[in-house]
Amino acid sequence: MFGIIMQKAFGQRIRPAVSAWRGYSSAAKEMTVRDALNSALDEEMSADPKVFLMGEEVGEYQGAYKISKGLLDKYGPERVLDTPITEAGFTGIGVGAAYHGLKPVIEFMTFNFSMQAIDHIINSAAKSNYMSAGQMSVPIVFRGPNGAAAGVGAQHSHCYASWYASCPGLKVLAPYSSEDARGLLKAAIRDPDPVVFLENELLYGETFPVSAEVLDSSFCVPIGKAKIEREGKDVTITAFSKMVGYALKAAEILAKEGISAEVINLRSIRPLDRDTINASVRKTNRLVTVEEGFPQHGVGAEICASVVEESFGYLDAPVERIAGADVPMPYAANLERLAVPQVEDIVRAAKRACYRSVPMAAAA
Amino acid sequence: MASASSFSATKFTQPLPLNGATSRSHDKHQSFFDPLRTTPSSSSFLGSTRKLRLSSASKLKLLANPNRRSAVVAVSDVVKEKKAKSTTNLLITKEEGLVVYEDMILGRAFEDMCAQMYYRGKMFGFVHLYNGQEAVSTGFIKLLKREDSVVSTYRDHVHALSKGVPARAVMSELFGKTTGCCRGQGGSMHMFSKEHNLIGGFAFIGEGIPVATGAAFSSKYRREVLKEVDCDHVTLAFFGDGTCNNGQFFECLNMAALWKLPIVFVVENNLWAIGMSHMRATSDPEIWKKGPAFGMPGVHVDGMDVLKVREVAKEAIGRARRGEGPTLVECETYRFRGHSLADPDELRDPAEKAHYAARDPITALKKYMIENSLASEAELKAIEKKIDEVVEDAVEFADESPHPSRSQLLENVFADPKGFGIGPDGRYRCEDPKFTEGTAHV
Repeated sequence: MFGIIMQKAFGQRIRPAVSAWRGYSSAAKEMTVRDALNSALDEEMSADPKVFLMGEEVGEYQGAYKISKGLLDKYGPERVLDTPITEAGFTGIGVGAAYHGLKPVIEFMTFNFSMQAIDHIINSAAKSNYMSAGQMSVPIVFRGPNGAAAGVGAQHSHCYASWYASCPGLKVLAPYSSEDARGLLKAAIRDPDPVVFLENELLYGETFPVSAEVLDSSFCVPIGKAKIEREGKDVTITAFSKMVGYALKAAEILAKEGISAEVINLRSIRPLDRDTINASVRKTNRLVTVEEGFPQHGVGAEICASVVEESFGYLDAPVERIAGADVPMPYAANLERLAVPQVEDIVRAAKRACYRSVPMAAAA
Repeated sequence: MASASSFSATKFTQPLPLNGATSRSHDKHQSFFDPLRTTPSSSSFLGSTRKLRLSSASKLKLLANPNRRSAVVAVSDVVKEKKAKSTTNLLITKEEGLVVYEDMILGRAFEDMCAQMYYRGKMFGFVHLYNGQEAVSTGFIKLLKREDSVVSTYRDHVHALSKGVPARAVMSELFGKTTGCCRGQGGSMHMFSKEHNLIGGFAFIGEGIPVATGAAFSSKYRREVLKEVDCDHVTLAFFGDGTCNNGQFFECLNMAALWKLPIVFVVENNLWAIGMSHMRATSDPEIWKKGPAFGMPGVHVDGMDVLKVREVAKEAIGRARRGEGPTLVECETYRFRGHSLADPDELRDPAEKAHYAARDPITALKKYMIENSLASEAELKAIEKKIDEVVEDAVEFADESPHPSRSQLLENVFADPKGFGIGPDGRYRCEDPKFTEGTAHV
């Protein structure tokens, strides 16, 4: 809850990257990630009466982060269901409804609470199609804010991307921009399989330019396809969710120093777009991976493995892996800042990869 | 909860009086307790239960622990009562009786065969057998329509058989063969059959209850949102006494009652959670009482008596079908074998086992049918012979069936045929205009 208030202050950190990017676009319309998610939900609920939204505070409260604002009025309490605080219960109910062909969107107030229900996400949703030999498909979306928030301590600041992405049967999406949020959420709801949809609390209030195509109700972003947010030739930077903004900011700084960085917005953590990543690495010969989650067995580790397997001969430098610190999230603001990747970390790693001299880390 | 915000309950008709449906339902062992009604029915139920429990418990000399009130109503009581009535008031017709008998025999014979096949190495992993509890599966599931759903646990073979999944398909699944109901990808604890609306096979305690509640939710959603007015499908959730200490049980009792979902929570209280006695695990061992605590009827029934189970099941399923909400039914039963075939079963008192062995639900039904001239010894023998053949045939079929091919390993991970959001034409699925209509097929 506090995140809603906190994000105003915290959001400053990534705003420069966004406004810089905005400079390239002449798009007339802008949209917040919040509105992108809200409109995607609205359109999909309107298009298909089998789609319903269920979770804590999604109805009368209009969503803990106001993602479901206005939906209760529009679709009624039969389709926008306020649940008791029972993650295991309502997540399983969603799965059971999906077994019978409904298309539930289950909102976790934050993904931290999905731990209460992970049994249903993994065991009831992800495995059923396989266990039943294709008889029981589970068209369900689990969505909510994921990753490090601000000042909320270890239990409420946690990235689950690599956890869910290691499980066969799940599709794991992580939008960055409003375009991603709209296109991916609509694709997730239409998808016949269980999708874990990892939003970011600190991005909800961010504004991005959107084209007319993005605003069209038929707009959809393909699952399993990464987006090259910025083309470059010297080093590839992969990132997802909030870290895409950081990577773009880092690319700006690097450009001033003569390094041309290619920024890949993964969009889909599973399936992972190995083709796009490897094609980029074969072009730039250098790779920096960025994520907020823990380093061990993380998304970066998987990308690194993929590049080593498929493009080893193209690498001109060791892969640089930037991740959250290998500790539970501390509360103190200065420690918290140290525990998650910063723009400077990305710049420094990219320079190392390009064999530029790097002054010893003084940021700490 | 304000009616404006709740999942609208107003479209349901008012509940009918639970005790007034049939004259038989006045039977004191089967009375429902409805918290919304006056208290006399509840106090009479409590009184009768306590008395019966204590009297049978003392017979068993199980009073060492004062909390241990485990025994159930003796089956003979009901038989005697019913015998006193005229034959026109029998609990079951000849035809129904034969169907019920055949289903129970099938469950028993199938599980006995599973034990043999397990020891012969034909099946593997955990195999949990249902012997002794047949009255619950048969008593409930044989009253369902095909469209009604059953959600089971790891002890699911017999629920599958009762729901109509062919013995061949279940046996093949246990053998890990491609002709199994899940092509060998599910196994003993994960039986699914979409055709029969058997929606799992859940191997974790409590996991199936929310899924079953969701299945019931979908019936209500179809009726009220999708306007499929004739959708009156009911879901049965089967689980054991151990599960009733798990949070998901309570979470779902709450939501099922809150939203008046068409579900029956069927507790198969076999008194033991592996080696943990129910009396040692639960502060109040009378599970049925948790129904009224959540605003739904709770009923306690002798799970070793299929006729009593049927009576209770009829009422609970009817209640769900009429849109009057969920019911919690506690069936006191007993498993004649260990928790699984790997369980040495050393903790259960031999006297307790002997007590329940003497109350074998199949023997009791046989006795009832013969004494009431519903069937002759020869007719029942013929059924047993027929089932022996069915089970033999299932084993033969499973044995001769092929193992899954190597290529099957990677199939069915996603409903989406290629898994990655890509359609059969090679384009991304979301580009297909029919995408929202759910065009996936495997």
